[in-house]
Parts: sequence; structure tokens; C-alpha cells
Amino acid sequence: MIGTNSARAQAAENLLSIKGLKTHFATRAGVVKAVDGVDIELAKGEILGLVGESGSGKSITGFSILGLIDPPGRVVSGSMTYNGKDLTALNEEGWRQLRGGDIAMIFQDPSMTLNPVLRIDAQMIEAMQAHANVNRAQAYARAREVLVMVGIPSPDERLRSYPHELSGGMRQRIAIAIALMNKPGLIIADEPTTALDVSIQGQIIHEMKKLCRQVGTALIWVTHDLAVVAGLADRIAVMYAGRIVELGTTEEIIENPRHPYTKGLIDSVPSRSTRGSRLHQIPGMTPSLLNLPQGCAFRERCAYAVAACGDEPLNTIEPDGRAYRCWNPLGGPRP
Amino acid sequence: MTTQSTSEAILEFQGLAKSFVTPIGVIGHIANLFGARVKKTEIKAVAGVDLQVRRGEVVGIVGESGCGKSTVARMLAGIASLSAGEISYQGVRVPDMTREQRRAFDLGVQMIFQDPFASLNPRMRVVDIIGEPAVVHGIVKSSEKRDYVTGLMEKVGLSGAYADRYPHQFSGGQRQRIGIARALAVKPSVLICDEAVAALDVSIQAQVLNLFMDLREEFDLTYLFISHNLGVVEHISDRVVIMYLGKAVEVASTEDLFDNPNHPYTRLLLEQLPLLEARERDYQPIVGELPSPLKPPSGCPFHPRCPHVMDRCKSHMPQLLPVGPGRVSACHLNTPA
Repeated sequence: MIGTNSARAQAAENLLSIKGLKTHFATRAGVVKAVDGVDIELAKGEILGLVGESGSGKSITGFSILGLIDPPGRVVSGSMTYNGKDLTALNEEGWRQLRGGDIAMIFQDPSMTLNPVLRIDAQMIEAMQAHANVNRAQAYARAREVLVMVGIPSPDERLRSYPHELSGGMRQRIAIAIALMNKPGLIIADEPTTALDVSIQGQIIHEMKKLCRQVGTALIWVTHDLAVVAGLADRIAVMYAGRIVELGTTEEIIENPRHPYTKGLIDSVPSRSTRGSRLHQIPGMTPSLLNLPQGCAFRERCAYAVAACGDEPLNTIEPDGRAYRCWNPLGGPRP
Repeated sequence: MTTQSTSEAILEFQGLAKSFVTPIGVIGHIANLFGARVKKTEIKAVAGVDLQVRRGEVVGIVGESGCGKSTVARMLAGIASLSAGEISYQGVRVPDMTREQRRAFDLGVQMIFQDPFASLNPRMRVVDIIGEPAVVHGIVKSSEKRDYVTGLMEKVGLSGAYADRYPHQFSGGQRQRIGIARALAVKPSVLICDEAVAALDVSIQAQVLNLFMDLREEFDLTYLFISHNLGVVEHISDRVVIMYLGKAVEVASTEDLFDNPNHPYTRLLLEQLPLLEARERDYQPIVGELPSPLKPPSGCPFHPRCPHVMDRCKSHMPQLLPVGPGRVSACHLNTPA
């Protein structure tokens, strides 16, 4: 990983291990390196916040883990192992068994995930029977059980509804419930609360965290909003232009960012302390992935850039597992 | 900057209401011939909102989706008609306006939309998108349009060299700047921003919020800032209106509202706000969801979700009453039975 917590590494075999993942898209204009060398290690039951702006490659990283990259995209290199199983060697049938079974995904828009012409019970029972050898009654009982877990009132009634009869927040809960059906070891959630109101977002984050702690499911929460994962994740990985530029525990990242981009992201969040004053802004915009500048991709927007930034920054790993890719980190280099 | 500023109200509305009625339709009429009692359904999207916006003020309107905040914006901008209530601009009621005053109102209140991809015509060049309204309304001559547009583009942080490009050649943040320049082109005094930064990345959102503050000083603008994001509203607003199911439930200055919220709904909303703090948060999320405006609850619309619900909340609608200097709140807790 970029930064293995030594204590944690000894404690348990990692659930998910990704090394040097590169997912590229061959377009007419050239090769878009959406994910360009990402390393992730995830322990059982751990919650990782994967944070980045649009085009940083955070969603594509999530899709790559589930083999959901369509042409012209392709995982060009890197190794991915889940529970000791090599994901890159899976065939179509292997992927089918994995998706929705051991690794589940929750998408941003629940109205796109649910089939509009099937009742909720049909969709949930199908998801269960596709992976486990159970009869309808057993699958129904499990469906009812997970609906209660995600906090849906009167689950029997909801099971008989069609998706259009439910509100956006309710649909997202159903999507989460379907993800939980087969007791997955890992859930990848791609901006699951972005389309929802703050009150519903609060409920869902609260429940997801409770569920992961109870059941021991690991979670990768992909988001553009640092504030959302600040109260949820154990560790945060910040992505920029296809790479993880900083990784550390939530506390370290929020309170003591080493990479100037992370600090820029934190400072540009409006809050009460910024009232009446100008917000700190990161100048410029995310570079096109088609022609990234030589060296550090953030160099041209960075206030701390030095001459060395013309070269590719190495991944510095501190003894406590904190990692960053920067030649001139905030707080200076440490021994 | 403060709510106690003495400047007069530039925009004022009273009893603003909007209902959407679903007609019975042919099938319904036929069914009614056979004795089915199909009725028109009426949704009260906005059910009576009063507000005075003072010159130079930034008023934030906050609420969950479906609370009617965007409908208020659309009525003020003249995109949606009013079902009831009245709007005054610079002290004159809209029906009493002369031709000249009406024109000043129409041009003076401009809107910036949420989606920078849907709000710009993809087949027009930026020079026309920004410049055409100004030419049509006689603010600049056709021959001076290009210089005028270049000047505006530079004001909003875009290079004038891009004037001949089409919208698809710009990023989301740049498009939002084009939308802002288009609104500024007719020299407005009030800008209505309907979720204007919601679709932008955090770093771009900061740039656009800073631009709004700069333009406020330069052009002496008044803003109505509609958002579901409490952090953004707290940053930019002088005064905040909290809406719930078509009604304002609390209006207060930003300091008062965030330091000492009065209405239980405001309190719960503030607790939901994700904070940039790495600590375990122990809080109770708001129970339930926004009720359907088709079947609003009796009495106080918030009572099914309220932790302090009392008997009279279920039967009597609380009125907006003063709870301090310059602030009002609609809750029975403020009036002992």
C-alpha cells in the first residue's frame, strides 16, 4: 500500500490489496490515464474515504476493483487481490459470482440502479438467489431483515412497492439493503449521498457506519466532499489526476495535511470560520488527463512548488503509515 | 453587512404562494359520469412566504428538496406566475408599476441557475450568449457588443479571447462564470442564485463564491442565495430563511441562526451539517423524510419529525412570531400554552 500501518499489517492479512493499478482509456485524442498507479490496502472492516474532484480517477478506481470498465477503457497493469484471490485473472463467470456477492457496489443515483418495472421484493430475492442456494421464503426473510437494518419502516409494505413509489432517500436505502443481502466482505459506495438532502445524508452515513461496525464489512466510500468522510472513515486517500497524492488516518489528513492539494481542499470548504472573509482558493483547474504536465501534476496550481517538482514526486512513506507524493510537503520533510 | 442596516427594502414580497393543480383529464371526466368522484389535486408548493430584502444584503434560503425554495426563486425572477401574494420592487407593487418601472424590475432581478450545462444554449457563441440580452434591451449598441462582452468576461475571470467559443469548450466552473456574466450584462441590482455552486467541485466552488463576493462590492449587488448547503449559506449570507414544506419556519441573521437556532427543525438541520472534524460524532439523525405536499400533516408541518412534539402541534399551525430583534420563528415552544 502506499503506507502500511506496521501494526495493522502484522495484525491481519489484508482483505483487499491493490498494487500499481493503471486504468487507461484509448480515445481518438490520445490515451487518457484515468487511474495511473494506485495502491490501496484495506483491512477487514476498515472504512476508507477515497476523496477527489471530478476527473481525479476516484470512481474509475472503484469500477476497476469490480471489473466494470468498458471499452475503450482497460485495466492495463497492476495487481488486485481480494481475500487472496487474484481479481485480474477472473473470467466473466468469476466476476459475476463476485459482484453483488463478496463485493457489492452502491451507485450515486438510486433511480438508475433499481429496475423500474419490478417490485422491490422481486429485485431483492433475485439478488439473493443469484448467489446463494436459498428458496424464495428464505430470500424474502433475508430481504425483510436487511430492510430493517437500513432503517426502513414497515418493510413488508415497502417490499410490495415499485421504485417510483419511493422517495430518493428511500430508494438509496433499498440500494444499500440490496448490497448487504449477501453479507459482502467489501462494499464500494460511489458518491451514494451526493444526490440526497443533508437530513437524509446524515441518516444514511449514520446507518452505514453502524452497519459496518456491527457486521465487519469493509467500505470504500468514494466522494468529492471531505466533510462527509471526516465523520465516517478510518483512513482517507486523496486522489489527484489519477494518483493517490496523500494517505493517512482521518485525523492526520484533516488536522495536519502534508500535501498542498489536501490543504487546499480543506481550506476551500466554506464554514463558519470563513464567514465574511474570502475563501482560500486553489488557482486554475484540474489539468486535462490527456496531456499532464511533466513531473508533479499539481505543480502549476501549487503555491509551494519548487524546482524539484519538475520531476515525478516519489511516494514518501512515513513509519506510521502516512504517505504523500510531494517534494516540498507542508511541515517539512521528516526523518 | 448587518441585518440592522437602515437601507430600504429593494425587493419585498408578501403572502407569496404557488399551487400546481393536476386537472381531472378525459378519463377522469368519463369516470365521474359513472359516479367515481375524481377530483383535481392541488399541490401547494409555496404556501405564503413574506420577506423583505434590503439593498446590498445577502439573504440565504435553505431547505430540503421539495420545500419550495426554488419555486420562490422562479416567481421572483418572473419565470413562474404567482398563485397569490404580491411582489414589490423598490417600493412599488408589481401591478402598480408603470412601463418604465416594470422594465427596471424585469432587468433588475436576474437569475443564475444550478446546472451550467443546461442553462447555456449549446449552439450560440459566448459573445452572443452574454451580449444579446444587452443589445436587445438597448444597453449597448450592436457595434459595441464585443467590447462590452470582453469587459464582462474579464470581470468574471474569463479571458476575453474565448468570446468566440461555444459552451461545450468550457469546464463546469467556466460555464457558471458565463452564466454570471450573462446575468450581469443587463446591469441588475438583485441576483437570484438557485443552487448556483451545487454542481461545482469544492475548489471551483470556492473560486465562484469569492467571485460573488467581489462582484457584490463592485456592482453594489443584492443576492438571494438559495441552497441546501448550510456551510455555503453560512459563509455568504447576512440573513437566512429556513423553509419547510412551502413555508418559512425561521428567519434570522446568520449569527443568531447558527449560534442559537430557535426552531427545532433548524436545530436538527445544523446537527446534520457534515463538519471538517475528525471525531466520532454522536448524534441522532432527523427521523423520517419531508412529507408529501400532496398530503401535508395537520397543524405544524414539522410535527411528525419533531422531537418536542406536543398535542397542540398536531392541530394548530404555529404562526411566525418575533423571538428577538429582527428574527422570527414559527414554533409553539415559543408561546406557552
